Amino acid sequence: MSGQTLRQLAAVFQLEWKKTFRSRRGWWIYLLAAAPVGLMLLHWLIFSRPQLRLGRHSLGDDSMAYAALFQFFYLRGAIFFGCVGIFCNLFRGEMLEKTLHYYYMTPVRRELLVAGKYLAGLTVAVVVFVTSAALSFLFIGRHFGAAYSDYIWHGPGAAQLGWYMLITALACTGYGAVFLMAGLRYRNPMIPAAAVFVWENINPFLPALLQKVSVIYYLRSMLPVEVPIPPPFSVMVIDADPISPWISAPGLLAVAALLLAYTALSARQTEISYGE
Amino acid sequence: MSDSLITFGNVSRFYGEVLGINKVSLAIPPGITSLVGPNGAGKTTLMNLMTGLIRPTQGEIRVLGVAPDDPQKLCRIVGYCAQFDAFPKGLSGRQFIYSFLRLYGYSDAECDARTAASMERVSMTGAADRPVAAYSKGMRQRIKLAQAIAHDPRVIILDEPLNGLDPMARAETIDLFQEWGKNGRHVIVSSHILHEVDRISDQVILLSQGYVVAEGQIQGVRSEVKEQPMQIVVRCDRPGDLAARLFKEGHIVEAKIAADALLLRTKDADNFYLLLNRVILDSGLIVESVAPADDDVNAVYQYLIGAEGTTV
Repeated sequence: MSGQTLRQLAAVFQLEWKKTFRSRRGWWIYLLAAAPVGLMLLHWLIFSRPQLRLGRHSLGDDSMAYAALFQFFYLRGAIFFGCVGIFCNLFRGEMLEKTLHYYYMTPVRRELLVAGKYLAGLTVAVVVFVTSAALSFLFIGRHFGAAYSDYIWHGPGAAQLGWYMLITALACTGYGAVFLMAGLRYRNPMIPAAAVFVWENINPFLPALLQKVSVIYYLRSMLPVEVPIPPPFSVMVIDADPISPWISAPGLLAVAALLLAYTALSARQTEISYGE
Repeated sequence: MSDSLITFGNVSRFYGEVLGINKVSLAIPPGITSLVGPNGAGKTTLMNLMTGLIRPTQGEIRVLGVAPDDPQKLCRIVGYCAQFDAFPKGLSGRQFIYSFLRLYGYSDAECDARTAASMERVSMTGAADRPVAAYSKGMRQRIKLAQAIAHDPRVIILDEPLNGLDPMARAETIDLFQEWGKNGRHVIVSSHILHEVDRISDQVILLSQGYVVAEGQIQGVRSEVKEQPMQIVVRCDRPGDLAARLFKEGHIVEAKIAADALLLRTKDADNFYLLLNRVILDSGLIVESVAPADDDVNAVYQYLIGAEGTTV
């Protein structure tokens, strides 16, 4: 990669990450990320009181509660919708604001533009959601005091936290690539986003082969604590072959790279007329 | 030769079933070229095709020999100031220009120098560090111009560039266009302000409903409208006497007499001018001025399209 290419990539990245971080349209994403942290803080404050803490629940219960929060709120909700908000807007938002031509009137290769925007979106998504997931994890058992510190530093806590952070980053990577493409290819990216949402959520009930055509399948296989689907839905779950994290992580990255390559090709063909 | 021209070869562009422009063939030389036409005539489509923002449905376009589907080459020689009053959020004027200059791969020092120079060109140095969102309409228009010229393009495409400018800024901007045009650049301007376009243009392209209805120097375009009598105003001491003599000789289809002026309509301007010279010499009239009254864009547009020029 030449010096000029790197300068151009850095320029796109710099413009985009500032804009994405400061976007007024994105306030709900911060709220989505802050909500579980607030909840966990509340949990800590409430259960820090000796009169409430006694005999209510164990550290294992909190670990399981966090696993459920992560699987059902973060993965299937906050990160998914957060990525819709961040990545769909990278191109579609500029179309709506009639500012995309500023980029298209510069001698930047479209592939580079896609890469710069994606990296900026990914930085924002990873910072917001990894921070949120990590803080929630750290707060959920904080009321156990030294026992929780011991759980983190000398037990499985640190490894679990590492996996949750990695899964969050990979979720942002995968969903980011999907929604960047949707934002460029579709006039109304909410329609493909809704379709992906349904597909990801019915994933456990799909035939094993179809389960593999999703982001959530690869992410689930890396979860340090698996939370089973509760009854009565559990009877409809179809068990797919488990996949090693050492395959699922690179696999997810490869799929994201393929989607980005397709987005870059689409960006070359994209016309800008703002519908005038 | 084609490396100094913007050429359209039988270019058509459709938006689905809606016609943008149809079978347009043009060769635009350096200088100021104005695109004139009512809304929907195809001006912005023509500009977007030149900049590669849209592609032709058929035909071929070359901008100084470069195909618009090669943005890495094209965008180094073309600057575009779009009609939209829209900017990336949260940037000052200086940051706006500087940030997009970095996309050209220039070093930080060169970006700084070019940013300062382009802001100076449009008299925006004093407001450089204010947010674009706090600018007036005229300032936003000027900062867009500065951004379009910051990389020193050979072709400058300006969609309604005079919109929102106060008279002083408008005059300064027109001076800039004229300077660029004289320097051998291509300056393509679309505007609704016909009398200003008329004054500054080296050539005009008249568009209607996606078709080029006339192109060339405005006087040349006017003389091609053969079936429409030309209007000529003669200011002299005895307009009634002059009208009588001219009618006697033919070549005149209509005459209107005012206090010290005579408005004449003729279908044969060349012979009319010869006749007028002879009549003036023979009669001893004192003539203050002789001037065509309808070789401006407005009049030509009315003749060609039948639309009111002022509403274009």
